[in-house]
Amino acid sequence: MSDKILPAVGYLKIPDDGDPYLEGYKCDNCGAVFLGERSVCSKCFTRDKMSTIKLKETGVLHSFSVVYRSFPGIDVPYVSAIVDMDGGGTVKGNLINIEPDPEKIDFGMKVKLTYQDALGRKDKEGNSYLSYFFEPA
Amino acid sequence: MSEDVYVLGVDMIKFGRFPDRTVPNIGAEAALLALDDAGLTIKDMQAMYCGNLGQANAMVGQRILQEIGQTGIPVVNCANACATGATAFREAWMSIKAGIYDVVLAVGVEQMGKGLLGGAGGGDGIPKEGLLGSGTMPCVFAEAGMEHSKDHGTTFEQFAKISVKNHHHSTLNPKAMYQIETPLDVVMNAEMISYPNTKLMCSVNVDGSAAAVLVSEKKAKELGMARAVKVRASALASDPYTDRDLVMPDVNACTRIAAQQAYEMAGVGPEDVNLVELHDCFATAEMLHYENLGLCKDGDAGKMIDEGHVELGGKVPVNVSGGLLSKGHPLGATGIANIYEVCTHLRGEAGARQVEGAKMGMTHVIGLGTACGIHILEKV
Repeated sequence: MSDKILPAVGYLKIPDDGDPYLEGYKCDNCGAVFLGERSVCSKCFTRDKMSTIKLKETGVLHSFSVVYRSFPGIDVPYVSAIVDMDGGGTVKGNLINIEPDPEKIDFGMKVKLTYQDALGRKDKEGNSYLSYFFEPA
Repeated sequence: MSEDVYVLGVDMIKFGRFPDRTVPNIGAEAALLALDDAGLTIKDMQAMYCGNLGQANAMVGQRILQEIGQTGIPVVNCANACATGATAFREAWMSIKAGIYDVVLAVGVEQMGKGLLGGAGGGDGIPKEGLLGSGTMPCVFAEAGMEHSKDHGTTFEQFAKISVKNHHHSTLNPKAMYQIETPLDVVMNAEMISYPNTKLMCSVNVDGSAAAVLVSEKKAKELGMARAVKVRASALASDPYTDRDLVMPDVNACTRIAAQQAYEMAGVGPEDVNLVELHDCFATAEMLHYENLGLCKDGDAGKMIDEGHVELGGKVPVNVSGGLLSKGHPLGATGIANIYEVCTHLRGEAGARQVEGAKMGMTHVIGLGTACGIHILEKV
């Protein structure tokens, strides 16, 4: 078992000294931003021109759904959100600290990232995980 | 261009739940029905194209032949998410178009079980479902529908009306899983799964199969054209790059590519199509495809359902079979079942749900990941 908290996904980075952040891969040719490591741009096909960037902490809600039925053991309702990050990249995540009521959620609302324990979920070895969430900015 | 391809025989089984049967056994039933419809036997088939998703690594096509006749013909097994059946049909079409064969069999089959699809998201570490949003299909297609709401003000009620329509159509289709009217208040008050999709706005997971016998023009003329249906276009597209595609599967862009290619190949436009069977895996999805297929202008999809243009008797009836929402959605079979539906109307054999005077029809499926298959069929 690790003595450190682990990232829930590979593109969530937890530096030894500093705050967690989401990592994007940006094409230096066309500017497309991807989550997860890659060497070829699927937008402009340029090879080996990818740079890692820190995604911005803020963004705009593009679309969402309120999920009332999920798999057994998963707490509902919750808001599944698609967020266009300021400065590039689109990220999907839970939108928290807001009433999960479609009438009370506005397209285009400003949101920001927050980093918290992954809802208490642990892996088989008992490791704890850090995840990211969105909340109203 | 090489010679035209015709559907000579096509059929489907009544969709349902058959937990005591095997996948090949369910597929074999449709294969025999399609052969009978064509007036041919397995001995006449020169190749077989089989679509199945759940047992994609298990040689389903060959196992079907083990149930209906092993003649040594080449068999290709296809998997392409919910476009699997359409892909098998298209492979069959291409083999004739290429001049390799004159008579081939395409079969689509699936055994589903019940429950939510998508979103399991295993991999390393911890489960991601409900942690990083939802990857369940009702949610993914809800998010796609909500994008339409954002851009065009589409309402929960308008999405729900699509489900009312398709359930109504299915009352006229004896091969649909359900034949039950679902009034608007029943649809809207059903269990909310993923807003705005209630349970009655989600497709039904069923077991089923459908099959088609495709022939060259030469063979069709030899065997008799009376019930033959011409394949005017076959198009398959994958998802092009769009800005959010890797996070939010884009079912719109690849449908638009495939639709444009299909219309060009057929030399027709949306106004020439008399009925459409499109991929209503969720009520939210159907709304998007009115525009993606060019049945109306962008932003007018809500009007299409409000004004009745897409119901039986309307300008361009959509999913008169009951659609995936009520006929059911056996993933690998769906893309051939919708070809059966359109052919049945073009042949004037659709009974109570017949689209009067139908001469040309379109089928459309989307498999997330993403694949879009479109066919345009015509009775000549």
